[in-house]
Amino acid sequence: MSAPSFGGASRDGYGKGLLRIAEDPRVVVLEADLGKSTKSCHFRNEYPERTVSLGIAEQNMMLVAAGMASSGKIPFASTFAIFTERAFEQVRNGIARPGLPVHICGSHGGIHTGTDGSSAQSIEDLAVYRTIPKMTVIHPCDDISAEELTAQLIDLNGPSYMRTARNKVPRMYEDGSNLKIGSGSVLREGGDLAIISCGVMVGVAISAAETLSNEGISSTVVDMHTIKPLDVGLIAELSESCGAFVTAEDHSVIGGLGGALAEWLSTNTSTPLEMVGVTDSFGQSGSSSELMDLMGLNEAGICEAARRAISRK
Amino acid sequence: MVKQKTSLKTINSPDAPLLHMGDGAEVDVSELEEMARRCRVDIVSMTHAAKSGHPGGSLSAVDCMVALYGTCLRFDTSNPDWEDRDRFIMSKGHASPAMYSVLHQIGVLDDNDIKGFRTLGSVCQGHVDMNWTKGVDFSAGSLGMGLSFGLGCALSAKMDSSDRRIWVMLGDGETQEGQIWEAAMAANYHNATNLKVIVDRNRIQNDDFMEVQMEIGDIGEKFRSFGWTVKEVDGHDMSSLIDVVDWANNEDEGPVAIVANTIKGNGVSFMENNPSFHGKAPDDEELRIALEELS
Repeated sequence: MSAPSFGGASRDGYGKGLLRIAEDPRVVVLEADLGKSTKSCHFRNEYPERTVSLGIAEQNMMLVAAGMASSGKIPFASTFAIFTERAFEQVRNGIARPGLPVHICGSHGGIHTGTDGSSAQSIEDLAVYRTIPKMTVIHPCDDISAEELTAQLIDLNGPSYMRTARNKVPRMYEDGSNLKIGSGSVLREGGDLAIISCGVMVGVAISAAETLSNEGISSTVVDMHTIKPLDVGLIAELSESCGAFVTAEDHSVIGGLGGALAEWLSTNTSTPLEMVGVTDSFGQSGSSSELMDLMGLNEAGICEAARRAISRK
Repeated sequence: MVKQKTSLKTINSPDAPLLHMGDGAEVDVSELEEMARRCRVDIVSMTHAAKSGHPGGSLSAVDCMVALYGTCLRFDTSNPDWEDRDRFIMSKGHASPAMYSVLHQIGVLDDNDIKGFRTLGSVCQGHVDMNWTKGVDFSAGSLGMGLSFGLGCALSAKMDSSDRRIWVMLGDGETQEGQIWEAAMAANYHNATNLKVIVDRNRIQNDDFMEVQMEIGDIGEKFRSFGWTVKEVDGHDMSSLIDVVDWANNEDEGPVAIVANTIKGNGVSFMENNPSFHGKAPDDEELRIALEELS
């Protein structure tokens, strides 16, 4: 793989993705006073007649989206990840239960959000939305994949939650890369270990795999951008070929990507799994890199987990 | 559009054409009162059969619904999914017996459908559900959400240049939910002239009278303060109800709310103004008395 370039943040990809599908008149965008942050503002600028401002009122926004979906629209509703959670029951009862194709985007997910502090750092969103029947849960790693996956949502006949990140990270993809909702992307192949990652941790996983290769450990790295439905076919293959897993996510180790893998592995295999993520604690203010180091969401954390996983083979 | 006279014989037939065309059709008040009586029989019978359900708030809401379905709601009984139908959003979803009784009386649901109320696999779920029941436009059960959903339907209709109206039935208890007022604010801001609310003001909620639990005060004034046009009405006077839904149907200055002053359990003496029949079904003896009173 060539040296990664720094592109936009995944939230920028969401904004571009909306523009890409804007020709479809069914697409409508809903905002809760954070369009400039989630990047739905670009759609608003081009298509104000199909953009609905709901003010700082997330519960209302979710049900307005549901009503629009019931009337043939394809609504994209965004706010900060943490504030979508304020309307969790609205999403559960008003959107997912009737199976309406409302696409929720929660930006500024994870500790990586940084200086805003713990109130803004959603570390449980992937877990809570994963528990809702019919929901697709997506967390892209860079702007290019976020744009592509956002564009694919238009064909998803059901509700979804996509978490995007605030800050720029190294690009993992080039324009035109082959990505598909529900299929994990293998970014690097190796036979000793599989690192299953999502979001801002994908780039960290690639770096960790490079370090591990210097120790003679050959790693597969997967961008598991779709947390639900989990690509269990790929997990089953890697369980056979690698025999050990590490998950890496900027999210609680309870119920997120690691939790999803643990659920499947524990009922289907005895393959060891080590999880890198937020260990049941809240963050604080600081730079992204300071916070990720503080919480062990870094290359060293993944390498240590990799050694533990391999030792348990 | 040609004015038509409501006929229960017609609207209770499965092959009935478009019910009403929203043009202030000539209406025989006594026929709608008779339809409401039949709905009440359905409500007490289906809750009795299910040994559960919410008769009180169904009996308070049902006259408003009959006035609406019997006059201006544009709805095709032979094609409940008609895209340009008016929407009826039953936000107080526990009053599902009222919804099912109306759909039964207009021929969308049959006798067996309502007999199955609250049983496994029944199209008549405990709370109204758009995925289970023909003619139901919203999946309710969690209070405070229907007005927002209705606003979404209303904004979509405007985007599509459709003149369909969106009617939302709210309970007065559920106006305690903050989301109702988020939606009230947004409806006026977005000039949702096609959004029509009926508040079933029966003054009783699950645990007790609202004045004991959480009295909200003048609901109409609160809607007015958000820019809505509001009228109050006796929610059990069919003639007044027909007039007020006709007014609301044609009012296009902004969103409108009708505050219908009702009596919880209306029509069955021992249920009237009795908080215990919010969520309790009549037993055998109570059913016998209720049917006698409704005969």
